[in-house]
Amino acid sequence: MAEKFIYADNAATTRVIDEVKQEMLPYFTECYGNPSSLYGKGRDAKHALDSARGRIANIIGCDAGELYFTSGGTESDNWAIKGVAAANVNKGKHIITTKIEHPAVLNSLKALEKQGYEVTYLDVYENGIVRPEDLRAALRDDTVLVAVMFANNEIGTIQPIKELAAIAHERKAVFFTDAVQALAHVDINVGELGVDLMSMSGHKIHAPRGIGALYIRKGTRIANLIDGGGQESRRRSGTENVPGAIGMARALEYMTSPEGLAKREEIRALRDKLCDLLLKIPNSRLNGDRYNRLPGNLNVSFEFIEGESLILWLDSFGICASTGSACSTASLDPSHVLLAIGLPHEKAHGSLRLTLDIDNTDEDVEYIADCTAKVVDKLRQMSPLYEDYLKNNK
Amino acid sequence: MEYTEKVMDHFMNPRNVGEIPDADGIGEVGNAKCGDIMKMYLKIENDVIVDCKFKTFGCASAIATSSMATELIKGKKVSEAVELSNKAVVEALDGLPPQKIHCSVLAEEAIKAALADYYKKQGREIDFETGCDGCCDHCGKA
Repeated sequence: MAEKFIYADNAATTRVIDEVKQEMLPYFTECYGNPSSLYGKGRDAKHALDSARGRIANIIGCDAGELYFTSGGTESDNWAIKGVAAANVNKGKHIITTKIEHPAVLNSLKALEKQGYEVTYLDVYENGIVRPEDLRAALRDDTVLVAVMFANNEIGTIQPIKELAAIAHERKAVFFTDAVQALAHVDINVGELGVDLMSMSGHKIHAPRGIGALYIRKGTRIANLIDGGGQESRRRSGTENVPGAIGMARALEYMTSPEGLAKREEIRALRDKLCDLLLKIPNSRLNGDRYNRLPGNLNVSFEFIEGESLILWLDSFGICASTGSACSTASLDPSHVLLAIGLPHEKAHGSLRLTLDIDNTDEDVEYIADCTAKVVDKLRQMSPLYEDYLKNNK
Repeated sequence: MEYTEKVMDHFMNPRNVGEIPDADGIGEVGNAKCGDIMKMYLKIENDVIVDCKFKTFGCASAIATSSMATELIKGKKVSEAVELSNKAVVEALDGLPPQKIHCSVLAEEAIKAALADYYKKQGREIDFETGCDGCCDHCGKA
């Protein structure tokens, strides 16, 4: 039997697709100049960088001058939060966010808390979605920033960004959204959404690691995070990652092309099928909203078993997936996202995240469902919790 | 984080999984909140552990350490089994990642809890440590 390999962890990272790689290659070996250099090779690199910026800006609906390349989502999140906080300290030191943000956001905010900022963490309820009235109630005169992720990395739920941004603006707070997971998987137009800042990452959309971007709406007050030679209009220093920028532009173009959009719907259908198949396993539950979530995201908990064991068994069947169990991390607590939607610890430990993307097929989905059912049963047979459950339900 | 081949072997092919209906000693440690529960069953004849089975809810190292712990005490005298240390379990598995050492502590405690149960049923004085080592902050015993 040929070795099976199914990559279903696309929220972790993605494969660089061939057309992205092909378009990037000349920028490593031929057009390798420094965009700041005056001679032709430098100017060529500058043109390439500007074109990548324009292509991305065009897709997300902003001016090229509002898009700044960074090293990735984490840097963009740090810059948006720390930069806005520093530049608006005259207005106040209060920030509002949610309980389910990515660690890049939560830990940036923790760093600010140590400097005397006050942070309010909004609930997301059982479906994993923020309630606009909660934001309205939390806003204060000294609120400088509202940071709400576009879509969650674990449970895929999509927040009502447009409505939340409008509410933040009523009280003159800056609105930032971390769109690392959402970009290329949902339609995004920053102008229509009314957000002031939005972070993006290349490697979640089939471009390589090491490239990301921050959209900063013209007129938004923000301090620099990285000082140096004054690249990116003196706002983000460091010699520009031209191949990365080209790759990110190409990947975003592909994902939002008619072919990419058709794939998005295929992925959604595959995800729905996989969801139905997995929920046939007794004592399972879907985590997060059934419909208002990223097309490829599925997060299911299986009672009486633990996620790391599940993941390693799936790995032995050639399936790459992830879990929110504490045992998969260095901490004792399971995923903060699963706890925030009200899961008890033991159900959070038994969670499985599968994130499908353009490479996945109907066959994959059936194989994943088949293997998961087998593994869950195998682990339950050795679980004392399952033994107790069976005895109590006789 | 990577497991040794021995850990993976005992995780994928655990020895002695199951229950012993007429066990002479049963011990259960850990809790679901922490993500680890181990339950050990001992069959003891003339103070010798003639059979040992386990059930574990937990990660790969929890399952592997349970499995190895049962292997280490099977056929041993009760007086030898009470000397089982988590270190011996870790060594027998060719090591565990640092954040997984607590699983070996739990395995040791599960064995000792089952032995304590046997002692209790026999009306014998429990002359060995059985308490939780405080492997995590959720169980309240830490």
